[in-house]
Amino acid sequence: MWIEPNERKVERIQFLNENGKLIGSMPEVSDEELVSLYKWMVLARVFDQRALKLQRQGRIGTYAPLSGQEAAQIGSASALAPQDWIYPSYREGAACFVHGFPMKNFFLYTMGHLSGSDAEGAHVFPVQIIIAAQCLHAVGGAWASKYKKENSVSVAYLGDGGTSEGDFHEAMNFAGVYQLPMVFFVQNNQWAISVPVGKQTSSKTIVQKALAYGMAGVQVDGNDVLAVYMTMKQALDRARKGEPVLIEAVTYRQGPHTTADDPTKYRDGSDVETWLAKDPLKRIKLFLFEKGIWNEALEEQEYAKAEHTVSEAFEQAVNTPKSNVKELFDLVYEQKSSQLAEQQQSLASEEVWK
Amino acid sequence: MTLLTMIEAINLTLKKEMERDERIILLGEDIGKNGGVFRATDGLQAAFGPERVVDTPIAESAIVGAAVGMAARGLRPVAEIQFFGFIYEAMDQMASQAARLRFRSGGRLSAPMVIRAPFGGGVKTPELHSDSLEGLFLHSPGLKVVMPSSPYDAKGLLTAAIRENDPVLFLEPMKLYRAFKQEVPEHDYLIELGKANVVKQGEDLTIITWGPTVPLVRQVAEQWEQQNISIEVVDLRTISPIDEDTVLESAKKTGRVIIVHEAVKTGGPGAEISALINEKALFYLSAPILRVTGFDTPYPVPSVEDDWLPNAQRISQSIQEVLAH
Repeated sequence: MWIEPNERKVERIQFLNENGKLIGSMPEVSDEELVSLYKWMVLARVFDQRALKLQRQGRIGTYAPLSGQEAAQIGSASALAPQDWIYPSYREGAACFVHGFPMKNFFLYTMGHLSGSDAEGAHVFPVQIIIAAQCLHAVGGAWASKYKKENSVSVAYLGDGGTSEGDFHEAMNFAGVYQLPMVFFVQNNQWAISVPVGKQTSSKTIVQKALAYGMAGVQVDGNDVLAVYMTMKQALDRARKGEPVLIEAVTYRQGPHTTADDPTKYRDGSDVETWLAKDPLKRIKLFLFEKGIWNEALEEQEYAKAEHTVSEAFEQAVNTPKSNVKELFDLVYEQKSSQLAEQQQSLASEEVWK
Repeated sequence: MTLLTMIEAINLTLKKEMERDERIILLGEDIGKNGGVFRATDGLQAAFGPERVVDTPIAESAIVGAAVGMAARGLRPVAEIQFFGFIYEAMDQMASQAARLRFRSGGRLSAPMVIRAPFGGGVKTPELHSDSLEGLFLHSPGLKVVMPSSPYDAKGLLTAAIRENDPVLFLEPMKLYRAFKQEVPEHDYLIELGKANVVKQGEDLTIITWGPTVPLVRQVAEQWEQQNISIEVVDLRTISPIDEDTVLESAKKTGRVIIVHEAVKTGGPGAEISALINEKALFYLSAPILRVTGFDTPYPVPSVEDDWLPNAQRISQSIQEVLAH
């Protein structure tokens, strides 16, 4: 019997529709959890908009905005246990904050500071620039967890573009073969810089790629934080039992790829309009209002608080002493070679001539 | 004391280290039941189980990338790349990931791991197996590159490599795997990485080499000894970092230097060593520094590889040339 592409029907998990109305029955989640999810999303949005502004003012360097993806990132990271690990790409600041990565250091990263990728003990791997390379580190992390019986799940965050890379496929294959405690969390935000997902793969969905690796997968509405949160909980349960999982969170990158890019060159305004109507914050906010556990006063208060948190983190970053070129030499090996020592020394003597 | 070939010495080292430290995991293609295509891991899966000696799918990038992830989370992976010619598949994971984890994490994380790979010519492999690509990694800060030339060195260097807290590329000359036996102590000993070995003292000329060409160079040096030409042979053992002190001391002593390696000439490690001597010992030299290396072509087909690799004749020609000054 032939198997045909795209013949399997994929049903997207959704709890809240675009207008914040519950579809089906209410999942088991407390009001506190719901409010906490929303508060994190507010913080993520405020952080993102501030970062964008700071970049425009020349106060930080290149930044990859995450607006539109708050539900996917906050929903997934909020389901993690403390012992779990995140292996992020560069657009995952919000997920990293939830899991303990200091916001100050994210600012430092964008400011080109040496300690920008220092998680200060949080279980967050350094931001990965090489697309999908982090998937293999997550495999190794999950492998170590299984070997040492740490009960820790490794989550590789990547985008739809990342699924075209060899490292993604090699990682999926390894995770399947060794049944590793791993979640591949793909934020399908429709665009990899200027290339739409339809040109990235001829698969109708990304989640169906799981099947080829003997893995379970699920597609979730990535703008529905409730759906992402509940689905990630299930995924983590399966992964913890040694069953790797692929999640495709369907979402949208509302802004540019990075601050160095102009998306009006390659995508229609109507595309953006359609997706802005599906904004992830709007949806959960309406739901919380409807439920009577949120109101305008709380909303105002929360935004003010978020602004303050972001300001504080940025201040701290600004007040961090600048990196010095001499520090580089001590970070290459545990013990520096005579060559590195000599080069470091040569810098010291050059300063005499300044 | 036991007489062992290099491959036996490597096998013994892996066994001893795995007995000592249960964080050590071996991974690679066909290393389990099959014991590796050269039998470096023969019997280890039977001894330590399939969780510690793991046959992987054929995916070099994943082997190295997974090792990075394991190492960062407290294991000590020793990965095998079946033939070093396949390493390009894993270039990003080697040079951008393993090499830079310490740096990129502000010193918070590190990747203590060993990548072992058979390399070098002389065994008539199919194409793309035998390339000497060590120069690529000499040029990649964050890695150490170690290349043994004898069974004794292989054990001491591999033990040290496994105990390093930084990633080490450990290149095993396949021509020497079973070329000769040597007394190799069973007990624990380490050979410090980054230290060269003067395998033959000499006064008139220095030949700097490593890995597969060390026995060849020694043989040539001994032949010249009969004509009263005293050649010092320096086995670098570690090409990253290079042992500057030993290289410079020898160059200053003899004033004449030849570098022999199988890697292609242009941009090869020989160029680096030559530049180093130029920078720091130029006025001790009596003759130009010469290189006897592979030619600037892709590694050739088996029928001509013996003529392509550095051989006794080419080395002797260069010796004559250097001595003429």
